[in-house]
Amino acid sequence: MQEDPSNEILVDHLFRHEAGKMIAVLTRLFGMHNLSMAEDVVQDAFLKATQTWKFKTVPDNPSAWLMQVAKNKALDILRRKNVADHYSLELSTQLQEATGNYVDQVFLDTEIEDSQLQLIFACCHPSLKEEDKVALTLKTVSGFGVKEIANALLTQEETIQKRIYRAKQFIQQNNIELEIPTGKALQQRLDTVHTVLYLIFNEGYNASKSDELIRKDICAEAMRLCLLLCEHKTVTHPASFALLALMCFQASRFESRLDKNNTIILLQQQDRSSWNRELIDRGYYYLNKSSSGENITVYHIESAIAAEHCLAKNFASTNFTRLLHLYNMLYQMKPTPIVQMNKAIVLSYTGKTKEAIELMRSIEGIELLLKTQYMFNAVLGELHIRNNQSQQATDYLEKALQLTQSDAEKKLLKEKINTLRSIQWS
Amino acid sequence: MKDFMFIFRNTTDRPSATPEEMQSNMQLWFAWVEKLKNQGIYVAGEPLTPAGKVLKGKQTVITDGPFAESKEVVGGFFIIKADTIEQAAELAKDCPDLPGSGTVEVREVMKM
Repeated sequence: MQEDPSNEILVDHLFRHEAGKMIAVLTRLFGMHNLSMAEDVVQDAFLKATQTWKFKTVPDNPSAWLMQVAKNKALDILRRKNVADHYSLELSTQLQEATGNYVDQVFLDTEIEDSQLQLIFACCHPSLKEEDKVALTLKTVSGFGVKEIANALLTQEETIQKRIYRAKQFIQQNNIELEIPTGKALQQRLDTVHTVLYLIFNEGYNASKSDELIRKDICAEAMRLCLLLCEHKTVTHPASFALLALMCFQASRFESRLDKNNTIILLQQQDRSSWNRELIDRGYYYLNKSSSGENITVYHIESAIAAEHCLAKNFASTNFTRLLHLYNMLYQMKPTPIVQMNKAIVLSYTGKTKEAIELMRSIEGIELLLKTQYMFNAVLGELHIRNNQSQQATDYLEKALQLTQSDAEKKLLKEKINTLRSIQWS
Repeated sequence: MKDFMFIFRNTTDRPSATPEEMQSNMQLWFAWVEKLKNQGIYVAGEPLTPAGKVLKGKQTVITDGPFAESKEVVGGFFIIKADTIEQAAELAKDCPDLPGSGTVEVREVMKM
């Protein structure tokens, strides 16, 4: 018996990475309305792989093996369909040959990338609900399982199942085509694609999610898809570059946000030498590329903010005045409570903690936000600490503690509360 | 040492398994095979295709799949070396599919 080197050959997440590619190609063959059929073929190919590989060896090129199985299966389905549609045997033979050529064409490497982009655009159709778009994109383009998506979005599996079902139903009923739109339509569609990728990255980046591994995978996936957008000739847009720059800057701090015991390390205390230099450089590269258009988008400003942090040698030397200016610009374009909250934080770092607290209190709907969102409580707590109002600070931090679901955040909040108590007693 | 055969039965369709789960299950199998090989008791293993026919009785009625009713299929088999069937069964306990819906049948290979 030959020595089995399969453990080394098999790449992490091979199946997941292949799933997206395979579904993209197969939906191109079957049509977007047959998305489920494409998924079945992929599932079949994986089953076949697990059943044969675990008893034998993994082939030299597992990706090509999987793709080949999918291709054969697709040909089978298409040919059977052709025979069923046409009565003359002679005609169906001809059609079968044509089918084979067409299928070969679609399975070419360059076509696979195109298919993936088309699939992204279809999954981000503007008529779909935002939450449905995110779930559908993660499932079909990125090969995440329902369980993993539910885990990452802190949602029930049934909810995700429902969202995906609803999205598929919509695609079927409205004959959503697989295509990259052109002209004005492209511009509009790109906007929603950017939003979806931004949301996906954000879901992965949020520290309140439990499964570390899936979190990183989700961020990596958003970056991969954004890179696909940036590298495509007809799709490239300054906003895509800005979005990718933003993701690079944020991802560069990934490793330094949690310590070995899963405790959150705040920006202030992070070891800046552990920030990923390569990603930061890439961030600057894409930020430069993004400055070509006539419009400044929210991604431009958000990546400029992220770049500002990366520029500073340490927390104290951060240019908070410039950050405040950027947040003011951002607030003009995106007047949301979250932006205002971040602005308040920066304001307090410029020495205006009292004004920062007032700014927090002036957020529209702040009373409701404080009842439901831990973040607003945590920030107000922190601002009160800095303003030497330990009683108010403790109250807000305790409220935040009640509201968060993340163990890492609970730990951080408890530590802060304990420190406050020991100060009060001493 | 005698040869024993592990016959693996599992349900064919696993609609709920995510790509990730399938891959990690496969990696568990690789690890198991590796372990048996390192102990020098692994002889061979082969996958079997899911479809099968059962021949039965004088009229030789050929039925579909050997376990069509229960949707069970033999996924494949290992041949391993062990001194006793108890010892072989002990080794079979490591099968990664056992916590799930899979079963392992352990049979001694008769030497002719």
